[in-house]
Amino acid sequence: MKELRTDAWVQWCPGCGNYGILSALQKALIDINRDFSIVGGIGCSSRIVYYLKGSFNVHTLHGRAIPVASGIKLSKPELLVIVSGGDGDILGIGAGHFLALGRRNLDLKVFIHDNAVYGLTKGQAGPTLPLNVKLKAMPYANVHDAINPILLAFVSGYTFIARAYAYHIRELKEIMKEAMKHRGAAVVDILQPCTTYNDLMTREWFEERIYYMDSIPDRSKLFEKMLEKEKIPLGIFFKEEKETFEERLKKAKLYKQS
Amino acid sequence: MKKVVRGFYAVAYSVKLCRPSVICAYPITPQTEIVENLAQMYADGELENCEYITAESEFGAASILVGASAAGARVFTATCSQGLILMSEILFNAAGLRLPIVLVNTNRALSAPLSIWNDHQDFMVLRDAGIIQVHVENNQEVHDMIPQAYKIAEDKKVLLPFMICMDGFKLTHAYEPIDLLEQETVDSFLPPYKPEYYLTTKKPIAMGCYAPPPFYMEFRVAMQNAMLRAKEIMRKVFREWAEVSGRDWGEHLAVDYPNSRIMVVAMGSIVAPLRKVVKELRSEGLDVGLVKIRTYRPFPVEDVQKELGSSEKIIVLDRSVSFGYEGPLSIDLKAALFGRSVEFYSYIVGLGGRDTSKDFLASIIRNVAHNKEKPGWAFKGYKEFEEVIP
Ligand SMILES: Cc1ncc(C[n+]2csc(CCOP(=O)(O)OP(=O)(O)O)c2C)c(N)n1
Ligand SMILES: [Mg+2]
Repeated sequence: MKELRTDAWVQWCPGCGNYGILSALQKALIDINRDFSIVGGIGCSSRIVYYLKGSFNVHTLHGRAIPVASGIKLSKPELLVIVSGGDGDILGIGAGHFLALGRRNLDLKVFIHDNAVYGLTKGQAGPTLPLNVKLKAMPYANVHDAINPILLAFVSGYTFIARAYAYHIRELKEIMKEAMKHRGAAVVDILQPCTTYNDLMTREWFEERIYYMDSIPDRSKLFEKMLEKEKIPLGIFFKEEKETFEERLKKAKLYKQS
Repeated sequence: MKKVVRGFYAVAYSVKLCRPSVICAYPITPQTEIVENLAQMYADGELENCEYITAESEFGAASILVGASAAGARVFTATCSQGLILMSEILFNAAGLRLPIVLVNTNRALSAPLSIWNDHQDFMVLRDAGIIQVHVENNQEVHDMIPQAYKIAEDKKVLLPFMICMDGFKLTHAYEPIDLLEQETVDSFLPPYKPEYYLTTKKPIAMGCYAPPPFYMEFRVAMQNAMLRAKEIMRKVFREWAEVSGRDWGEHLAVDYPNSRIMVVAMGSIVAPLRKVVKELRSEGLDVGLVKIRTYRPFPVEDVQKELGSSEKIIVLDRSVSFGYEGPLSIDLKAALFGRSVEFYSYIVGLGGRDTSKDFLASIIRNVAHNKEKPGWAFKGYKEFEEVIP
């Protein structure tokens, strides 16, 4: 079990949801047993790249993990390439890249550490924080509406979309494995308590609301499930086999011949 | 009113007194608390007729300010490092659009490797953007500089963005007793921003239009003219500020012990320890003086020639690198002093927050004074290492 962990000192606050994500990711990677590369942006969460022994991990610039990971995947298609980073990084400053990946359906796994705050810069509203919520480090309530990562992933074209919870390591691990086995762009929105700055969406808050869906929702129920707010459904929302970017590129290259 | 405050607050409070209409930023260390202070003032109702927006990135923040400034608003932002260079596409554009955006950069190293600590690599990227760039030594100076920045940038003979550079952590996080300005002082010094041209239905204009080869160059010449005019306007405003505030920070340069045989040149917070070091070394009998560069763009060539043209040895302390050449400040000084018989000792120090203690600075100057160094450039204060080339 130990063999994937580096000996770098883990710099997260006590009780941070990132520990659960790290643990689940490590277990999933051991089970999957493939060469992998983890790419992070900038944020508390993105520090995960230091803690697992990938073939090569990269700490990129804030918001740029997805395009850098895309470059890695295109030049090393045999690698399992994972983007692991914050809601701010992936859905805020890097949101444009998030959309582009969905449109491409490149075989990347995007794990969003979704704590609804900018943890590293000390508690500003993240892109998934609901409108009118005021957390402890904010001088006034949020004036931005929240992004729904599941919906955004769907309209962008992701072919595997799931939601999980950071403290449910066993379930999270299984969902991560499903994402890793999927061929194409996969996203897992991982609800993550930030014990230091998110004084609303705490462990108790999440655990009162989350529940697991019995199965992948039927197409006719999909929107309803994606929009559910009072109770928060966890599990796989959507899965589809579709031509990957790699396959599309191959075709494009052969276009003249055919 | 004297109060012990941190650098963040010294900036934020002064910005508030300048009555901006739009403030827009994105958090980045060590800038964040400047705009957090402003956000708090906003929440407390202290920023009258002002909107405060947290953007989705620095790219967004600077772009929002372009729109606001084009519509005639007085605007403010603060950033640094990756945030500044992410803004750079917009800031070059803002300069060309002649928008007097005022920003504070809390100087920080650039990635990679990742560093949050202080050096001068970030603002050098914007050196040639057509943005006025002034460097401060301490938190009182940055507090005082903000009203002056608006006055200069908004002067219709100038109309260019204005960037105030303060060292990250060393100043931002430091507590200092600051003589906080009074609202009346700032109001009497800084008139409201009333641009001749802005986006209005009363006198419609278009901005940012395509300029094909027969037109483009003239716009760039006009920008350069504005930069050069700014030199004189800044001098005037600096003098006026000394009258109004009772604090005289000098003009483009501030010189200690002019016409010394050895002159040390630097900018930013390192000037404060250097001032003490130079004084101590003079008591050891060394003929050494100090030039603090306040205005870096427009580059004060004439002032440099006057203050440094007849020195024997110039020690330049750069805190960034023009990779493949040497320190950028040193390059600029050499160009300004072309043809003079002066020896340059150009050192690059303190990258990525590397300490530059008084003893370290004193030893650099002593070595030059005692002819232990040859003219040229070098890095100082790094650990010798063997580069492994696989
Ligand atoms: C271009 C740029 N702007 C700003 C920053 C400062 N910064 C670092 S992390 C971060 C936000 C982190 O939030 P998130 O991605 O949600 O990660 P978390 O810390 O919450 O895990 C910001 C604004 C930066 N590093 N680069
Ligand atoms: Mg976050």
